[in-house]
Amino acid sequence: MSSNRPRQIFSLIIMVLLGILPPVFIWIGEPFYADLATRLVCLAIAAVSLNLILGYGGMVSFGHAVFIGIGAYAVGIPSYHATYGEWDAIASYNGLFQFGIAIGLSALFALIVGAICLRTKGVYFIMITMAFSQMMFFFFISQETYGGDDGLTIDIRSELPLINMDDPLQMYLLCYASLVAAVLFVRMIVRSRFGMVLRGGMGNEERMRMIGYNVYLYRLVAYVISGAIAGYAGALLGNFTTFISPEMMDWTRSGELMFMVILGGGGTSVGPVLGSILFIGLEFVIENTIALVNHDWAKYWHLPFGAFLIAVVLFVPGGVIGLFKGKGGKK
Amino acid sequence: MDFVLLLTQTLNGLQLGVLLFLLASGLTLVFGIMDFVNLAHGSLYMMGAFICATFTFATGNFFIGILLAIPAMAVLGYAVEFGLARWLYTRDHLSHVLATFGLILIFDTLVQIIWGEAGIVVPLPEWLDGQVEILPGVVFPIFRLLIIGSGLSIAAGLFWLVNYTRLGMLIRAGASNRTMVSALGIDIQMLFGLVFALGSVLAGIAGMLISPITEAEIGMGNGIIITAFVVIIVGGIGSMKGAFIAAMLIGLIDTLGRSFLDDAFKLFMSSNSAETAAPAVSAMLIYILMAIILAVRPQGLFPPKVR
Amino acid sequence: MFKKALLGTLAAAFMASTAHAAEVKVGFVTTLTTPAAVIGKDMQNAVNLAVEHMGGKMGDLDINLIYGDDGFKPETGKQVTDKLVKQDNVDFVAGYIWSHVLLASRKSALDAGKFLISANAGPSPIAGKLCHENFFSTSWQNDQTPMAMGEVLNQKGVKSIYIMAPNYAAGKNMVAGVERTFKGEVKGKDLTKWGKDRQLDFSAELAKAKASGAEGIFVFYPGSAGGAFIKQYQQAGLTESLPLYSVFTVDGLSLPKLQAANFKAVLGSQTTQQWDPSLDNDQNKRFVADFKAKHGGYPSFYAAQAYDSMFLIKSAVEAVGGDLSKKDEMRAAMKSASYASVRGKYSYGNNNMPIQNFYLREVIEDAEGKWTTKVVQTVFEGHQDPYAGECSLN
Repeated sequence: MSSNRPRQIFSLIIMVLLGILPPVFIWIGEPFYADLATRLVCLAIAAVSLNLILGYGGMVSFGHAVFIGIGAYAVGIPSYHATYGEWDAIASYNGLFQFGIAIGLSALFALIVGAICLRTKGVYFIMITMAFSQMMFFFFISQETYGGDDGLTIDIRSELPLINMDDPLQMYLLCYASLVAAVLFVRMIVRSRFGMVLRGGMGNEERMRMIGYNVYLYRLVAYVISGAIAGYAGALLGNFTTFISPEMMDWTRSGELMFMVILGGGGTSVGPVLGSILFIGLEFVIENTIALVNHDWAKYWHLPFGAFLIAVVLFVPGGVIGLFKGKGGKK
Repeated sequence: MDFVLLLTQTLNGLQLGVLLFLLASGLTLVFGIMDFVNLAHGSLYMMGAFICATFTFATGNFFIGILLAIPAMAVLGYAVEFGLARWLYTRDHLSHVLATFGLILIFDTLVQIIWGEAGIVVPLPEWLDGQVEILPGVVFPIFRLLIIGSGLSIAAGLFWLVNYTRLGMLIRAGASNRTMVSALGIDIQMLFGLVFALGSVLAGIAGMLISPITEAEIGMGNGIIITAFVVIIVGGIGSMKGAFIAAMLIGLIDTLGRSFLDDAFKLFMSSNSAETAAPAVSAMLIYILMAIILAVRPQGLFPPKVR
Repeated sequence: MFKKALLGTLAAAFMASTAHAAEVKVGFVTTLTTPAAVIGKDMQNAVNLAVEHMGGKMGDLDINLIYGDDGFKPETGKQVTDKLVKQDNVDFVAGYIWSHVLLASRKSALDAGKFLISANAGPSPIAGKLCHENFFSTSWQNDQTPMAMGEVLNQKGVKSIYIMAPNYAAGKNMVAGVERTFKGEVKGKDLTKWGKDRQLDFSAELAKAKASGAEGIFVFYPGSAGGAFIKQYQQAGLTESLPLYSVFTVDGLSLPKLQAANFKAVLGSQTTQQWDPSLDNDQNKRFVADFKAKHGGYPSFYAAQAYDSMFLIKSAVEAVGGDLSKKDEMRAAMKSASYASVRGKYSYGNNNMPIQNFYLREVIEDAEGKWTTKVVQTVFEGHQDPYAGECSLN
């Protein structure tokens, strides 16, 4: 884990660049790239949270996007009622209130779902987490008040003390600070005694059980923490895009989140961040590179992208960050 | 409740059920024997529809189209096994999920490049295009009956194959103990390739059968594959019997839900909210069923005995 | 100084295309992937044809056309609109097949002070409460076409109908529209799953429709879903017992496919629309003839509206002599609807939605044996959408 100098330096460079470049884009008037970066950072937070259970805990959750959706709707629904009336009890633009709900509901949902899912293993776990996210996907589609399939436009962003979310720079800095906090928080958890048990359960569950740990409980707690962080990311993302829809929690989105973790390197603190950059960056680069050659082919960008994803799985199993091997190697 | 409607909807549910079974049987075979999760199984379903459509237009006959498309699907399935799946058997399920996720993107784009975006309407012979009166007052499309019939015969054939043939014996043995099969001197690579090709053919047939009803179109497998996964999870992964029962169950629940839930909802909510809530809730039904079953029986209804 | 240098380098690095020749930039958002891309492609063909007919110029300005793919998803549509507005800095954003995509994207375009031209989608909020001076439509408000169909049903003396539509913004508007004018009884309704994993097997719904005992069925299934519906409708043997009355379902896109598969049930079926390939005016004749010559088939109404949208933009650009900073004059030029539309003359209401004729069309076989539509009667003349009153513009 420690004593891996090249990787640590590389990780630090990524985090620093991510803190500097987008504000520069905003400063010189390139709002589009700043937007791309803000979206990326929001998703990176979710990827970091997924990494806690997937990379360190070995829980392959195929439904993590559902928390992003819950977090986003936790902003959208109170804001909707504050604008259009009804449901006074939750109608509010107050950001602290909305973010609180986002985190609370995500954690609650993770607790219920986790309690059921964690009883299963392997491919059953993959599929049941996906099933629960599909369930919520259809649940939000059925909510006609909030637009159903059509989605919901957030007319007024969350109001936070000191921070104005309508300002792109402040918005970005908030997201970035949250990402740094999430990375450090997960790192702290993983290095704690709790994290040792979590990682131990991934390596040899029987042994951990023998020495008296309730692995199930540890996993459940990790799952809840992970869900809460992803819900927070969703609240940020909802505020940023000002448009939310059930599509945010479609199973393909969960698949993309898993890719971000694995692409960068699961079980490393900055890997998921790097993965998000590569994933979103590559989508953009591949599409635009093809467009340079032939504009009509740009819509076929999924082909090289899919091939790239397969190549990563086949040839770079440790993720890109795994290429920076120090003495410790992976783990 | 209207008896005629109920009977018609039950038949519709059966038709969805056999389609799901054709998809799920391939998935469960591949998973049971190779321990391989193939998200791109739905792409094979789509390829079946497109290849069959092409042959149908080339030969002018839907059945010749199917006959030609079946070996094509076997070759395609074998190619996927040889080109990708084979390299992933030793890896974890996560790698399978991710790699085949990438494969879906590739297949969808390939179809877009080869056949265009428009999708293909597959024509049926005249005598299949009509409908037949099964019971007095119960009129049902002939082709949907044919789907049910051929699906059930394929299911019967599969049971015979798995339970009474040498290949079936190897398949059953492979599902429970892989090392033993290789110890018997069987070319395990060959067996894997064959099983994958068989799964591909089954998925392809499902696609061919549905294409004259909906049409062959890009991404047509990406929705139904999730339902097929629910089927094999509920049935117990690796179990053919489980896949069959679960497919029928889910086909019926989905269709009957779509058909009667809005009327049920109207009992306690306004007509308009019922109309919009019902389709979404009926879509949720199968996932709720799955969650309940897994909460009670984490291995599904019919888990294979040895693993 | 440093800022300028940095700006220069980055601008060069990121977009080689920011040449500021005298040009008008038009962003066109439509669906280029997923099966719904068949619609997007038709619109693209029409827009390209429009540019060709204009000789690549609007007034003295070169046309710089940038397409965006909404992927049939509101979220992606909004993102691509953001890109057109922020990265490409277009002067006009046009296109939009889907009502939910337009609703998600409108804020991005309008808040940036761009003109937004819908070439298809006409969701009710945009005609009513959310109307905007910089938004124009070259199509219709969603309710209008089904309202015309409801009127047709009354005239035919149909007493009861069953309704089927996809469960999204436009689907709901279509249902509301037909219920607004239809005086008989609605025996039942089904709203089916739409979007990426849309439902295409309508067996359960058709069985219900049949059991309901309605005298006719009203449907709205745009794009390839329309073809799928009509096939199953014929296979279920409902052609005689449950006559089909549709809007946006039978069109230039589905007819060739239905003809290839020989689904004769569709011949003679009737739909309402504000445009038809057989409409007799010079602009339409040229459009239809050149489109057919180039692409082999009849253009759809999507194509017609996309073609119109380019000429509407041209009229604005020419009115200010290419000075795109004169927004007020451009707005006034568009509001006058003085360009030659393929549907013939129409005008704009206070909410910038067309006030126009609606026709009843019937599916026929043309002289060359191709299936197409012809106008049977004019249902509404100068029809305005029912939401105009909710719009605060005047």
